[in-house]
Amino acid sequence: MATIELPSTSTRPAPAGLALRSRLRRLADAAVTPLDLDDVLDVFHPLRAGADLRGRIVSVTPETAESATIVIKPSRDWNGHLPGQYVRIGISVDGVRLWRTYSLTHGPRADRCISITVKAIPDGVVSNYLVHRAGAGEMVQLEQAEGEFVLPQPLPEKLLLVTAGSGITPVIGMLRNLFSRRVPATSDITLVHININESSAIFRDELRAHGEAGRITLIERYDEQHGLLDVDHLIDLVPDLDDRLAYACGPAGLLDALEQHHAARGLALTTERFRTVLVEAGEGGTVAFADGTTLDADGAKPILDVAEEAGVLMPSGCRMGICMGCVLPMKSGAVRDLRNGTITRAVPGETDPAGVPIQTCINAAAGDCSINH
Amino acid sequence: MTVITKKPVNPIAHLTPEDIEQLGLELDAIRQDVMDSRGEQDAAYIRRLIAVQRRLELGSRAVLLGSALPPLWVLGTVGLSVAKILENMEIGHNVLHGQWDWMRDPKIHSTTWEWDMATPAEQWKHSHNQVHHTYTNIVGKDNDLGYGIMRVDEDQKWHPFFLAQPFWNFVNATFFEYGIAAYDLELGRNLRIPKEKRSPEFKANAKKVLTKIRKQATKDYAINPALAIPFGGFLPTLAANFTANIVRNVWSHSIIMCGHFPEDVETFERKSIPEDETRGQWYVRQMLGAANISGGKAMHVMSGNLSHQIEHHLFPDLPSNRYAEVAPKVKALFDKYELNYCTAPMPQQLYSAWHRVVRLSLPNGWLATTNVKNAPSQLKMLWAMSTKGPKVRRAAAARLQQQARKKAHGLAA
Repeated sequence: MATIELPSTSTRPAPAGLALRSRLRRLADAAVTPLDLDDVLDVFHPLRAGADLRGRIVSVTPETAESATIVIKPSRDWNGHLPGQYVRIGISVDGVRLWRTYSLTHGPRADRCISITVKAIPDGVVSNYLVHRAGAGEMVQLEQAEGEFVLPQPLPEKLLLVTAGSGITPVIGMLRNLFSRRVPATSDITLVHININESSAIFRDELRAHGEAGRITLIERYDEQHGLLDVDHLIDLVPDLDDRLAYACGPAGLLDALEQHHAARGLALTTERFRTVLVEAGEGGTVAFADGTTLDADGAKPILDVAEEAGVLMPSGCRMGICMGCVLPMKSGAVRDLRNGTITRAVPGETDPAGVPIQTCINAAAGDCSINH
Repeated sequence: MTVITKKPVNPIAHLTPEDIEQLGLELDAIRQDVMDSRGEQDAAYIRRLIAVQRRLELGSRAVLLGSALPPLWVLGTVGLSVAKILENMEIGHNVLHGQWDWMRDPKIHSTTWEWDMATPAEQWKHSHNQVHHTYTNIVGKDNDLGYGIMRVDEDQKWHPFFLAQPFWNFVNATFFEYGIAAYDLELGRNLRIPKEKRSPEFKANAKKVLTKIRKQATKDYAINPALAIPFGGFLPTLAANFTANIVRNVWSHSIIMCGHFPEDVETFERKSIPEDETRGQWYVRQMLGAANISGGKAMHVMSGNLSHQIEHHLFPDLPSNRYAEVAPKVKALFDKYELNYCTAPMPQQLYSAWHRVVRLSLPNGWLATTNVKNAPSQLKMLWAMSTKGPKVRRAAAARLQQQARKKAHGLAA
């Protein structure tokens, strides 16, 4: 994982100061128990240093009819990021907190804000919310930036960037960073930007401006106009393909084809995949526990019963879904509420990293689940 | 009150098993409607409430720094009392019921919440969510009925010990948070066991309770008063914290009494509950085992929406702000199935609950057969029953019950 090198904070305060600080902190915690000082400060200053990592939406600006750029002011403990990295964002949609991953679309900004550009996908709960409903002032949960889709330092002389659809998002971050520097990058950059049509192309005008200024060679490809790109003909678009270090981001089909193509020519390629993990709810499945135990679970029997019959020591209570004594976090998978058929899903990367809490006494496996217990 | 199976007219005798299951389905549908429409506004409600409560508590504590001045003392104490009530009732109780778990916010979740109460959330969830909400009003199984120290049913044998129960009830109200902690620990039962034989679980839990009590007391009776020392407010602040805790205790005790103790609330016999009680049967028990308090919005919020105790017992995991909306639908079902929807303003419910505590502190029939004229002789009999041993007690009890029955018949005729 590419992490950001920060100057090490070797300026340790004197031990006496530290002790006093922690003693004051303990006193403050004791004065507000059962809360702690952070709970109280959160009411007034949720973005302060020391708070859980979160952010406040500063603005939502439409890019196309179905996409928007969301600028977020992160809390003080945001470690920064490298252009091309992504961030996990937790946001309440209809009151329920959901997590998604988006590429950061700016390099580090002077105002310390970060931005993501989101394309609303059909039936995408979070993307549609962010594009069409989210507004300034709203709070989001964040995790530190991650991802290895970053340009090497120093930059190679020749670069090829291939993006399709919202695959442009990590790349625009790289470009903005390269060209906002006091000494702009001098690398020879070709960007092949693939979209269905002109009107759905995110950042079209900004990219064209870079092209016209001679900063990049922009090759726009529109499926409706040019037909689907056959990667075997990439060489026709980029004759000096073999001299360029390649980066690509887009749908899996394109990336698979590109990887094959580049491997066949013995060329290096770095890709970034946007995974959409689908959890299809079925009838029954397996239930895996943290200690490695995996059980076959009937679709009509509560997980609590399945586990207990197999000798797993489970927390339990009323056994009828009212006391919350049996709640455990589900890391992945789907369960069905036996009272009304409601499906609850846990998708790594999309739901809470700590797992989705489920009541085991009224939920049965609806597919293979993994429970953190 | 008598368990319903021993009542002259069993209030659910007219319901066939099919009726009961149908009723269950109709209640399920009401629940589902709310589940399907939970959303942004509900989430905003609980977040706003928590923010308001925290500001109110901090503000009140700030005002109390100057509590050497009487007007500030009054202002701060009122504010702190209200803040503590909100924290326990509309926030703590309901979060711990998992009413807000659906938001998937780890900060507002039944598995992570801790509250401003002597009893640790974990232990309370067991005794309250699991025992009380599952076995609601089953005599001998639901310890919320009398908290194990009171006579709550005619069938419980009267003993002179119970004469003091109104007093015990008052003491319990005043120090309710400690009463709840002791009750969650089953302290009475455990203290009767010789020390070396007590379960390790009890010892561990007792330790947790003592730790929690120490932290709570340090906050209210040491640190916050100490912060007021520069303003000469140590004792006034301490008194204010003590007062706020008592106000909160008495208020929550009263709300809970109104929810399960009024005379019209039914209780159930342990052996009348089938081993495989259906969801419909469980629903019926919840319908008859709770009482509502009628009133306005303020009443609902300050009671943690336990003013909708019936709805809460039917649907303990629905967000509390939605009970008001389901109440008319629930009431309509009570009417349809000819059941008694017990609701009244708070003074009336509270009087009724206290009346029951007093009535059952006395031998069966005593209160009913006593009037101003026969008071001296009745008191003499009570004295005899209390002092002269079981034989006298039995004879007098039989006579009292006969008189009471005669009187009831006389009224009926």
